Amino acid sequence: MTTATTKPNLDQPDAFYADLLTAHEGLTKEESDAFNARLILLMANQIGDRKVLNQLLEAAGSK
Amino acid sequence: MTKLFEVPLYPYKRSADQDAPTPIRHPVVVIGAGPVGLAMAIDLAQADIPVVVLDENDKVSVGSRAICFSKRTLEIFDRLGCGDEMVNKGVVWNVGKVFFGDRQVYDFNLLPEEGHKRPAFINLQQYYCELYLVERIRALQAEGKPIEIRGGNKVVNLVEQEDHTIVTIETVDGAYNLDAEWLIACDGAASPARRLLDKDFVGRVFEDNFLITDVIMKADFPTERWFWFDPPFNKDQSALLHKQPDGVWRIDLQLGWDIDKEEEKKPENVIPRLKQMLGDDVEFDLEWVSIYTFQCRRMETFRHGRVIFAGDSAHQVSPFGARGANSGFQDVDNLGWKLKLVLTGEAPETLLDSYVFERELGADENILQSSRSTDFITPKSEISRIFRDAVLDLSEHYEFARPLVNSGRLSVPSVYDGSPLNGPDVDTLPVFTRPGSPIVDAPLGNSWLLETLEGDFVLLGIGVDVPDGVELQGVTVKGITVPKAEINPFLQARYLNEADQAVYLIRPDQHVAARWTEFDMDNIETAMNIVLGKGGQGQ
Ligand SMILES: Cc1cc2nc3c(=O)[nH]c(=O)nc-3n(C[C@H](O)[C@H](O)[C@H](O)COP(=O)(O)OP(=O)(O)OC[C@H]3O[C@@H](n4cnc5c(N)ncnc54)[C@H](O)[C@@H]3O)c2cc1C
Repeated sequence: MTTATTKPNLDQPDAFYADLLTAHEGLTKEESDAFNARLILLMANQIGDRKVLNQLLEAAGSK
Repeated sequence: MTKLFEVPLYPYKRSADQDAPTPIRHPVVVIGAGPVGLAMAIDLAQADIPVVVLDENDKVSVGSRAICFSKRTLEIFDRLGCGDEMVNKGVVWNVGKVFFGDRQVYDFNLLPEEGHKRPAFINLQQYYCELYLVERIRALQAEGKPIEIRGGNKVVNLVEQEDHTIVTIETVDGAYNLDAEWLIACDGAASPARRLLDKDFVGRVFEDNFLITDVIMKADFPTERWFWFDPPFNKDQSALLHKQPDGVWRIDLQLGWDIDKEEEKKPENVIPRLKQMLGDDVEFDLEWVSIYTFQCRRMETFRHGRVIFAGDSAHQVSPFGARGANSGFQDVDNLGWKLKLVLTGEAPETLLDSYVFERELGADENILQSSRSTDFITPKSEISRIFRDAVLDLSEHYEFARPLVNSGRLSVPSVYDGSPLNGPDVDTLPVFTRPGSPIVDAPLGNSWLLETLEGDFVLLGIGVDVPDGVELQGVTVKGITVPKAEINPFLQARYLNEADQAVYLIRPDQHVAARWTEFDMDNIETAMNIVLGKGGQGQ
C-alpha cells in the first residue's frame, strides 16, 4: 500500500466506534488527550510509510 | 593541583613583526586559538601554507565545554596528525539510560558498527582537545612547518582592502599591524571580527541557558550517559550526565531563558540539585560551574571577500547533538584544501564560494536538528507536550517509540547534495557514498580506507585499475587501485552494491566528488574541472 485509503476499509465500523468510546470511558480530558496521542503514534508506526502518513495528515486537515 | 586550563600554553612573546617599519604581509592569519582556529592552522601548515594564529589569551579553554567528539571529527584529527592522542585519552561509552519524570523509561546499548577505524564518538574535555592540537602545532614547528601561534595578541581593528585586510593587534608591548591576504575568523560566538566588520548574526531560532558543571566523583560511578526529561529536580527542563576522562563527570541542566544567572551558579543552589540527581549518598567535588547561553543562529554568509568565518563565529547551535565544535571541524576540513589551491594558484578564487554553499548547508542542517531536539525536550505548546509525553510513556513498554525520543541527534557529517563541486553519479551505487558524501571508512588491506586517502585528491579504483598518480588540471591526483581479490564485504556494501567495479574521485577533505562504474580519463578530467571550481556543469 503506497496510497492512503479514504474508502471504507473498517471491519465492523459500528463495533470499532463503540470500542473507541469504551476505551475513553472514565478518563479525564487530560487522560483522553494522552490516550489519543499514544493511539496516533501506535497507528502511525503500524502504517510506517511516510507517503501514506503525509496523505493522512493532509486528509485530517481538510475536514 | 594546577589545572590544565590554568597553565599558559603559548605565552606572549614579542614577534619581529612588531619591530618592522611597515606591516608584514602574511598569506593567512587566523583569529582565535580555540579548537577551530587551531585545527585550521594545522591543516594549512601541513600543506606548507604559512599561517599565523592570534589569540588574546594564552591558555586552553576553561572547563570542559564541548565534550563529545564525533567519528568524523576523529577522522579529521587523524588527517591532522593528532587522532591517536584524542582517542587514547577519550572515553568511549555504550550504555545510555533515559529517564522521564522520576522513573527510568528505558536503557540502550550502542553496539559499534564494524569496519570503521574510529568509534562513533568519544567524550573528552575541550581543554584536552585544544592541548593536543597545540602539541601538534609544536611538532609541526619542530619539522620546520610554517606555523606560528601568538598568545596575548588581541585583534582590535580590521580594515578591508582590495586584496588583504589590515589587522590591528594589541599586546602588552603596544599595538602593531599585520596585512592578512586571507583572514580566517575563528574567534568564537561573540566574534569581534564579525562586529568590527559590522556583519550580521541572524536567525535566533531559539535561545536557552544551560548550567554546566564538571563534577569529580569520589567513588566509582558507571560510565553511562543518563538523560532526563522533565525530572523532579529540574521541572519542565532536561538534564544530562556524561562521563569524561580523569574521573570527571559532566552535568548539564537546562535552565530556560528567563533566569538569574548569578543565583543559579551559586554552589548552595547547584549542590542540592546535583544530590537529587545523583542520589544523596554519592560524594563529589565541583570542579567547574558555568552558565552556557546560546542562541541558535548563523551568519547570513560565511565569506566576506577575503575574510572567511569558521566555527562558532559563523554559526551557533544548542549543545544537543554536540554540533558546536564538531561542525566547526567540518568547516576547517572543507576550507583548508580550497584555500590552499587558491593560494597556490591551482584553483580560481570562486572555489571558495563552494565553502560558503557547503558549510551554510551544514549549518542549516545543524540548526534544523537542534530545533527538532529542542521542540522535543522543551515542548512549546500544549499539544506538543501531549505528544512528547506520549512518546516517552510508550517508550517504556514499546520499542517502536524509542527512535522518536529525541535528546539530541549526534553530529554526523553533512552530505553536500546539490553542491556546485559535485560531478556525475551512478544511481545503482550505494546512496550513502554519492557525490557530496563523506567517505565511509572501511578496512583496506592491513589498514583503513581513510588512512590510505590521507588528504590528497584520490582516484579510487575498486575492482578496476587506475593510474598510480596523474596530473589533472595542474593538480596531482593520487591513484589507489583495489584489485578484485581484495574487495571485502565492507567495501562491497559501502562502494559497490551489486556492481563489481567502480571508480571514485575523492576530494582532499575525503568527500566524494564523482563516481563511475568505468574508468574513463576524459570523464575524470571533466569532473576535476568541476571540483576545482573552474566551471563546467555540476550535476
Ligand atoms: C560554557 C560553554 C559550554 C559549552 N558546552 C558545549 C557542549 O556541551 N557541547 C558542544 O558541542 N559545544 C559546547 N560549547 C561550544 C563549544 O565550546 C564551541 O562550539 C567551540 O568552542 C567552538 O570553537 P571555536 O574555535 O569556533 O570558538 P572558541 O572556542 O570560542 O574560540 C574562540 C577563540 O578566539 C579567541 N578570541 C576571541 N576574541 C579575540 C580577539 N579579539 N583577538 C584574538 N583572539 C580572540 C578566544 O580567546 C578563543 O580562544 C560550549 C561553550 C561554552 C562557552
